[in-house]
Amino acid sequence: MIWTRLLLDYMITQLEPKSAAKPVASLPETRPVTLMINGAEQSLTLAPWTTLLDALREYCDLTGTKKGCDHGQCGACTVLVDGKRINACLTLAVMQEGRSITTIEGLAGNDPSAPGQLHPVQQAFIDHDAFQCGYCTPGQICSTVGLINEGKVRTTADIKELMSGNICRCGAYTHIVDAIEDVLQLRTNQPA
Amino acid sequence: MEAVGELTTEKSLDSAGAKFIAGGTNLIDLMKENVERPGRLVDINHLPLNTIEEIEDGGLRLDALVSNADTAYHPLVEQRYPLLSQTILAGASPQLRNMATNGGNLFQRTRCYYFYDTAMPCNKREPGQNAGPSGCGAIGGYNRIHAILGTTEGTEDGQSQCIATYPSDMAVALAALEAVIRVTGPNGERTIPIGEFHRLPGQEPQRDNTLEPGEIVTAIDLPAPRFVDNHMYLKLRDRASYAFALVSVAVGLEMEGDVVKDVRIALGGVAHKPWRKPEAEALLVGKTATKENFRPVADSLLEGAVGYGHNTFKIELAHRAIIRALGQAAKLEPTA
Repeated sequence: MIWTRLLLDYMITQLEPKSAAKPVASLPETRPVTLMINGAEQSLTLAPWTTLLDALREYCDLTGTKKGCDHGQCGACTVLVDGKRINACLTLAVMQEGRSITTIEGLAGNDPSAPGQLHPVQQAFIDHDAFQCGYCTPGQICSTVGLINEGKVRTTADIKELMSGNICRCGAYTHIVDAIEDVLQLRTNQPA
Repeated sequence: MEAVGELTTEKSLDSAGAKFIAGGTNLIDLMKENVERPGRLVDINHLPLNTIEEIEDGGLRLDALVSNADTAYHPLVEQRYPLLSQTILAGASPQLRNMATNGGNLFQRTRCYYFYDTAMPCNKREPGQNAGPSGCGAIGGYNRIHAILGTTEGTEDGQSQCIATYPSDMAVALAALEAVIRVTGPNGERTIPIGEFHRLPGQEPQRDNTLEPGEIVTAIDLPAPRFVDNHMYLKLRDRASYAFALVSVAVGLEMEGDVVKDVRIALGGVAHKPWRKPEAEALLVGKTATKENFRPVADSLLEGAVGYGHNTFKIELAHRAIIRALGQAAKLEPTA
């Protein structure tokens, strides 16, 4: 393999202008970022352009939040910031300092009287079989919690409109809507 | 406000190719695509521009950093400017509306595929004057979402051709409501009527708006409420929700019985800015609200419209949408 290496070096030498010094690409420095995630403070060292989504997945080992499109089109990365649902892929981690971030990992077991118990939305998704592959599910569930916090749903049509930021490639929409109706008690909708 | 003033006179920001970031929903996406490459980002989320309050002439001031969701659901907006509330909620997704700000919404870049694709020519992304001939991928390309009004086929060298549309829903309602944009910059404060804030591509398609370097939007002022009873935002798109408009129409009517006393109409999805034509609106004043009387208004609004192949359907679609939206605002037909 040494000859390929030498050939490559030779070709690179030929491509470079003889006189100019090779430019050194310098990366911006990383900086300390403190995030409040699921009630716990996390001290991270991040490049300033790191998205909240990448900070969660790559630096906090919180891989429950999924990267789907990475362009704010699919909703798989939905998390709650101060109780409001947002796309974690379209905000930078440094912009979220001082705010309270809740991911799918932080939803269960918040009730001190019932430690480890699933969040009602998580339970409803299980009861109604509201997923197939499950990739969009953490985003769907966090989005539903945000939807409930917003308090704007009156009808099933409202659920469909206000959940349109979460795409499901398996097409589990019908059961997702059932699960949300159940949590909101829009109708008596006991799972079979 | 002092903090805002200090920020806009900070000279080091200009030289660094700095950009302000608020919600970031469009800017961060464009950075991922290498379309926007700011040397520095300045997070302005901590500026004191986060309230909605009444102003002296009976209007309402929407600060630049209030989110689109908080604006649409604000009781005073819902009661006095239902057209704006309806329009904001027709755009994007709940997650994006929670992040996106009123100021940032005005600065949305086009969703033209060729603007996003750095392998394709684009006079908006890479103006010809700066880097030699660029061109327009959309003219002669796939242009289903593109403009039919106010486009430039440009100079013979093709350096200013642009048929991009401005994608905001919110601004279409703001145009119908005749909002005023408040701006602060190195030369102090000024106001810009919404109709003069965005611009047609002309010879400089790279410029979306008329802001000067260093200027920042601080608020959107809505004049005293109008069209509370008779208004409509009709948005036509490929999906029922969460898609950009192919054509949209914001209508505000002032009625006296069956007669139209005054009217404002703004179109979205058809041009480089929200499209208004006061002469077309004037055709309806004093007339009975009927489809027959709406038709000449639609004819006039779309006068000079040009299709580029895939988007030619928009001319007829917009014509029908104007008539339907006027009918819905006048309560001649159902809104759903």
